[in-house]
Amino acid sequence: MTALTARSAAFPSHAAGPLPWQATPARFGIYLFLALATAFFLLPIYIMTATALKTMPEIRGGSALLWPASPDLAAWAKAWSSACIGLDCTGIHVGFSNSVKIVVPSVLLAVALGAINGYCLSFWRFRGANAVFAIMLFGIFIPYQIFVFPMIGMSAFLGLYGTLPGVVLVHVVFALPIMTLMFRNYFATLPIEIFKAARVDGAGFWRIFWSVMLPMSMPIVVVAVIWQATASWNDYLLGVVFAGREHLPMTAQLNLLVSAEMGAHEYDVDMAATLQTALVPLLIYFVSGRWFARGIAAGAVKG
Amino acid sequence: MNATDNARRAKRLRLSPMLAMSPTIVIVGAVYVGCLLWTLFVSFTDSRSIPDLTWSGFGQWSRLYADYRWRNAFHNMFLFGALYIGGCLLLGYVLAVLIDQRVKGENFFRTVFLCPHALSFIVTGQLWKWYLDPEFGLQRTVRELGWSTFTFDWIADRHLAIYTIVIAGIWQSVGVVMVLMLAGLRSIDEDIWKVTRVDGIPAWRVYLSVVPPMVVPSILTSVALLGTGAVKNYDLVIAMTDGGPGIATDVPSKFVMEYLFERSNIGLAAAGATTMLITTIAVAAPLLLWQAWQRRRIARGAA
Repeated sequence: MTALTARSAAFPSHAAGPLPWQATPARFGIYLFLALATAFFLLPIYIMTATALKTMPEIRGGSALLWPASPDLAAWAKAWSSACIGLDCTGIHVGFSNSVKIVVPSVLLAVALGAINGYCLSFWRFRGANAVFAIMLFGIFIPYQIFVFPMIGMSAFLGLYGTLPGVVLVHVVFALPIMTLMFRNYFATLPIEIFKAARVDGAGFWRIFWSVMLPMSMPIVVVAVIWQATASWNDYLLGVVFAGREHLPMTAQLNLLVSAEMGAHEYDVDMAATLQTALVPLLIYFVSGRWFARGIAAGAVKG
Repeated sequence: MNATDNARRAKRLRLSPMLAMSPTIVIVGAVYVGCLLWTLFVSFTDSRSIPDLTWSGFGQWSRLYADYRWRNAFHNMFLFGALYIGGCLLLGYVLAVLIDQRVKGENFFRTVFLCPHALSFIVTGQLWKWYLDPEFGLQRTVRELGWSTFTFDWIADRHLAIYTIVIAGIWQSVGVVMVLMLAGLRSIDEDIWKVTRVDGIPAWRVYLSVVPPMVVPSILTSVALLGTGAVKNYDLVIAMTDGGPGIATDVPSKFVMEYLFERSNIGLAAAGATTMLITTIAVAAPLLLWQAWQRRRIARGAA
């Protein structure tokens, strides 16, 4: 009963029309549309999975809709460890470990810098802070094509072009605005009295950050980590331009593998590799649940 | 503690935030201001494969807009953008409204509809390329189900391929709009529903004409996100059609990358990138202006 009241409190009373268990035509229409939408969203993913588990004769012979008669992991193994990407027949696991090496440090750095920026911009506004923030806010929207060419020059000047630290740094540069925005908006909701009390107690800049603000900002840290991990895992352009041949991320290797123009296409291997590339963000999505959606709300630019 | 100690301490406290934000300030200055201005300037030079910083006026710009390939790519960006934004808004709103009808399994539907957003555009593109493959995908599946004349080979048709990219884009992004719209719907004043019920206005009329003006923030946020996404759209095209058939699905982001790295005409690419920047500003401006207007209104109300 309490659960029911809590539930109805969470929903607007306009929805108090016919209740779900009364089968009116309108209710039926709603569920029909939702079911069709579910099919629209899941069918491509289902077909990818089914194809990855089939053999080539089965793909040529039978309907794409059918689940494989005897799921076969050969394509899965080949995509992972022996499929040819260009001249290297090492499979996509190389891209997987490259992506891990790019994503982990860039998430740590971007979130740390975003937290510090948000803290400064919320509690320690100095001259020019607003201008810096305004430029960053604007920077969220700007296409990478504006920046890439001069950035190559800069990273080459620093000796970082085509290296792992280089591509990590580029990821951090482009993550800064959204990370800063998330933390700034979060800190803006905290009561300023907390900050003032810490100041009165004599705590300094870093002490307030470490002992007061950071422990209170764990929810937004989680949201920011999820956001940045997904975004940098899913990046393609920055990886292709800045990582160099040796460190191509998984998305870039996947695209090279599937879009290769030479040779007969092994669709089962292609789809297995696609599924493998999709697996990390899907895992993050299903494990993190509501936190993922919260990131969208937090990242939905509020000035 | 004497006066000089206090003064020194105060000075250190004043400098700390600037020091803490110095990496960000350097990045914002070098990349978000420096690189942007560099590209802007280079669009007014004759730079070919090596940047040449002598002013040469609007030569690249007139060359760019005389170029059939560019005009085609530019047109595609607007066609894609209009349909992508329109489709996402419409479907996202409908899904949010339906979910808001106290449906059973709300969490399930939300999770499914947002799920594709966890995937990269590279994965999305590879997935849909396979799904829409006339020989193996949807077309064959429907034919095998008995509708033997069913044809859906748009991805191989140079007049229709761009629409398949729109569909894949909507599939990936509509969940975000649903989340934003749902947040908007649930922030609407309960009394509106009581009033309209008393007046006997049917729910669908309310959703059609009363609710949309009340979720303007969600709509503007969605338009800014989707619109700037449409300008940035690169990975999806690369993975799905690579601009083909021919140049049918070429887009400015791809055009610029090609002229930067393969066709070595940096000046022309810079003019293209600057066009992308201007389009981005035009798309994001309504949101930023509206937010500024709201802040002023609130400030005036408080005064």
